[in-house]
Amino acid sequence: MNIIILGAGRVGESVAESLVSEQNDITVIDPDPERLHLLEDRLELRGVVGNGIQPSVLRHAGAQDADMFVACSTLDETNLVACKVAHDVFSIPTTIARIRSPEFLQGEELLEPGGFAVNKVICPEASVTRYIHQLIEYPEALQVLTFSQGQAYLLAVRVAAGSQLAGRTISEFSAHAPDVAMRVVAVYRREQETPCEAGTRVLPGDEVFVVVDRQHVRAALHAVANVSEPVRRVMIAGGGRVGLRLARSLVGKCEVKLIETDRRRCEYLAEELPSSMLVLHGDASDEELLMGENVGDMDLFVALTSDDEDNIMAAMLAKRLGARRVMALINRRAYADMMQGSAIDIAVSPSQAVIGELLTHVRRGAVAAVHSLRRGAAEALEGVAHGDPKTSQLVGRRIEQLHLPAGARVGAIVRAVDGAARALMPHHDMLIESGDHIVIYLPHKRLVREVERLFQVKATFL
Amino acid sequence: MQRFDAVFFMLARLVTVFSLAFLVPLVWTWADDDLKEIEIWLGSFLATLCCGLLLWALTRRARRELDVRDGFLLVNLVWLVLPAFAALPLYFAVPGIGWSKAYFEAMSGLTATGATAIAGLDLLDPAANIWRCLLQLIGGLGIMLLAVAVLPFLGLGGMQLFKAEMPGPMKDTRLTPRIAETARGLWSVYFVLSAACLLAYRWGGMSWQDAFMHMCTTLGLGGFSSHDRSFGYWNSPVLEWTAVVFMSLAGINFARYFMVWRQRSVRPLWRDTEVRAYALILLAATVVVTFMVWRGGQYDTFGISLREAAFQVVSVATTTGYATTDYLLWPTFVPILLLFLGCFVSCAGSTGGGIKLVRMLILIKVARRELVRIVHPRVVNPVALGGATVPVNVIWAVMAYMLIYGGSMVGLTLLLLASGLDVVTAFTAIIACLNNIGPGLGKVGPAGNYAVLTDFQVWVCTFAMLLGRLELLSVLVLLTPQFWRR
Repeated sequence: MNIIILGAGRVGESVAESLVSEQNDITVIDPDPERLHLLEDRLELRGVVGNGIQPSVLRHAGAQDADMFVACSTLDETNLVACKVAHDVFSIPTTIARIRSPEFLQGEELLEPGGFAVNKVICPEASVTRYIHQLIEYPEALQVLTFSQGQAYLLAVRVAAGSQLAGRTISEFSAHAPDVAMRVVAVYRREQETPCEAGTRVLPGDEVFVVVDRQHVRAALHAVANVSEPVRRVMIAGGGRVGLRLARSLVGKCEVKLIETDRRRCEYLAEELPSSMLVLHGDASDEELLMGENVGDMDLFVALTSDDEDNIMAAMLAKRLGARRVMALINRRAYADMMQGSAIDIAVSPSQAVIGELLTHVRRGAVAAVHSLRRGAAEALEGVAHGDPKTSQLVGRRIEQLHLPAGARVGAIVRAVDGAARALMPHHDMLIESGDHIVIYLPHKRLVREVERLFQVKATFL
Repeated sequence: MQRFDAVFFMLARLVTVFSLAFLVPLVWTWADDDLKEIEIWLGSFLATLCCGLLLWALTRRARRELDVRDGFLLVNLVWLVLPAFAALPLYFAVPGIGWSKAYFEAMSGLTATGATAIAGLDLLDPAANIWRCLLQLIGGLGIMLLAVAVLPFLGLGGMQLFKAEMPGPMKDTRLTPRIAETARGLWSVYFVLSAACLLAYRWGGMSWQDAFMHMCTTLGLGGFSSHDRSFGYWNSPVLEWTAVVFMSLAGINFARYFMVWRQRSVRPLWRDTEVRAYALILLAATVVVTFMVWRGGQYDTFGISLREAAFQVVSVATTTGYATTDYLLWPTFVPILLLFLGCFVSCAGSTGGGIKLVRMLILIKVARRELVRIVHPRVVNPVALGGATVPVNVIWAVMAYMLIYGGSMVGLTLLLLASGLDVVTAFTAIIACLNNIGPGLGKVGPAGNYAVLTDFQVWVCTFAMLLGRLELLSVLVLLTPQFWRR
């Protein structure tokens, strides 16, 4: 696939990074030659210096042969206009724009081919907010992902000592928690993947990945981890776009205190948020401020500034001062891997939150969703099985007959039963039907292509 | 004189135009064919017209634009001079009234206060009663506003006059790009409401003459009546509930109606914080007073209690000042509560007087913010009203207003006390005049009137009405040395 990416900022970079490893031809356009050089050195892609809304620059970047155009510069206006140019002048079939302002999404006609011609909108801030919001809703989980319009959930949970299932083997799970339909797809012990078989014993401290259907999310979490109090008091450090969005999404649900260093931004935030939310002016790593605002009584402390180090330090400080759970937004994967599970409970990696949505469009075949797990190391993929036993490698076969790569596991099958979608927990002899949505866990990214191929239908099928 | 010739030029024009208002009662007396009365009204009309034209002739060379200070000076002069002309016919038509009380009556009319110094209203010439009521209609929404709206040839205009006369703390919000259009819009709303009110009163059983007069004083939230017993004269539930509805409507910011009309939706009305608070306070006060009256056993049935309570609450809280009964006979809690409500319940931009509800809301929010700040010293929470932050300078202006308001109240009350009035009468007379309510307690209560006051006391009350109508600052700015310094 020929892909043009506009903007080599943080989002553009992580988009490029994840697409390069999928073996596509990538061209990145950015006005800053130095940033492009850095990217060219690190990744296998071509950089074009210039303003991406100019047709000449786009032509130079090879827009006439491009299959996809991803505009992720910092300005909404640039992205919108660039998509329009890409669509109208170069007839690029798929255009994706990063749009921060939610107002453009309300007017559907704005994004249609007659308008700015944007096929798909990505908004990293919204994705990160959703991601964190899920974790607030399910405070026991490390990561919560949804598939098939919320029919199936994939949960990453740390097993707690004394919980119902700690110390049991996976085969014993159904006996000890009979009402909960769940399937364990991976177990990580001390950050290393452990073979996940019927006889594997799950120990306290293990990180397990479980697929459950919608009704059993809470029950499954409670069976693996101890029941946590619902999150009532939240302190957010950093009132940037993500901080503001998160605070807005918590209106009426939690007591929120928001700390921001910039005075003017504080005033703006206080204007935007209801008066019940406290906007505090100060530094999130100011111990006195945190103590004065009772950080020790917080159910959750989230550090969301744009600076990794600040977030890490603020979160660690909050943890030491007694906050029940701390999260930090960490852009660098190395930092995120280092911090998660040690001093910080959850490291949120913003680039991963958005890539999943984007990757869906890049994937071939009938892939409906792809999500990054463990900050990009592993993936979970949802595909739709089409065709009949002759043309498809999936339909009409039992699960044990599937040629899945080693380590990949089927988590759930979402099937329309009596007109309503239901998530079914797979058995080895379950037959796959046409139209099934299959959620598959992949321990490593490079397996994605093999699994994608499974979902492809032979040409005879129309 | 040279320096202010432009101001006097404008004043001359306004006086000239104002003289036309005399034609309304004149027509009435013409129909009556009473020669002495025609003399009075024609004389007043001609005297005003001549004064206006003379001043016009003297200042005709002035061709200067009005600046900020001219605006304030003009508004003050208009509000001082027009009552003087308006008092002319009253001085001659009302037996034994004297110049002080005639001026008081005219000021009370134009400022839509509704405090009357005339006893025996039922015996008065209809023309005099019509004149008193008409003054409240003219002054209710503002003389300058009317001039800007309907008399474009006067060449008046600009934000300055607006600011000096419009009630409310936030005067910079424009409804339309052009001031004249805004003024026209506001007066159209006023006119439509008036027409509706007139028809409703007629339908409710008043004569056309009474309906017209009470329409004027209801919409202006003035409270003059052609009867000593005010609305009690009819003792009609229909009329009282009609009055309650129109008084409540007139107590709301007219700009909101304008927006409702423009946007063809009631959203601007019911989404407005001030309007919501206004409705809530009126409802709550009615419930409380009904309960007090009902429990006190004043009336036989709950229905009558509710009706009397609602009428009294809305009348005093919106600064109208009608009465259907002597509510001083009710439990003491009630008249004090009513008077207290009258101080702040009217919305900014309505025809009511007082502090205005929006100022009160801002003050409450400021107070709440300071309380939060004690617990969270680093908190940033700007005062917001209806989703928008109130600018800091508006907050300061409100604070200054409140200080001056309190100071004026204390100072004027002390003046009345020094003149030998009793405490209750002195204090409530000042509250009633400063907030343009009308009736106070004691001697100036709903059953009494201001005729018992001495000339000096009447002048103090007159000044209080002017202060209240122009919201203190516009008057007091004239007393600062900075204003007169070149």
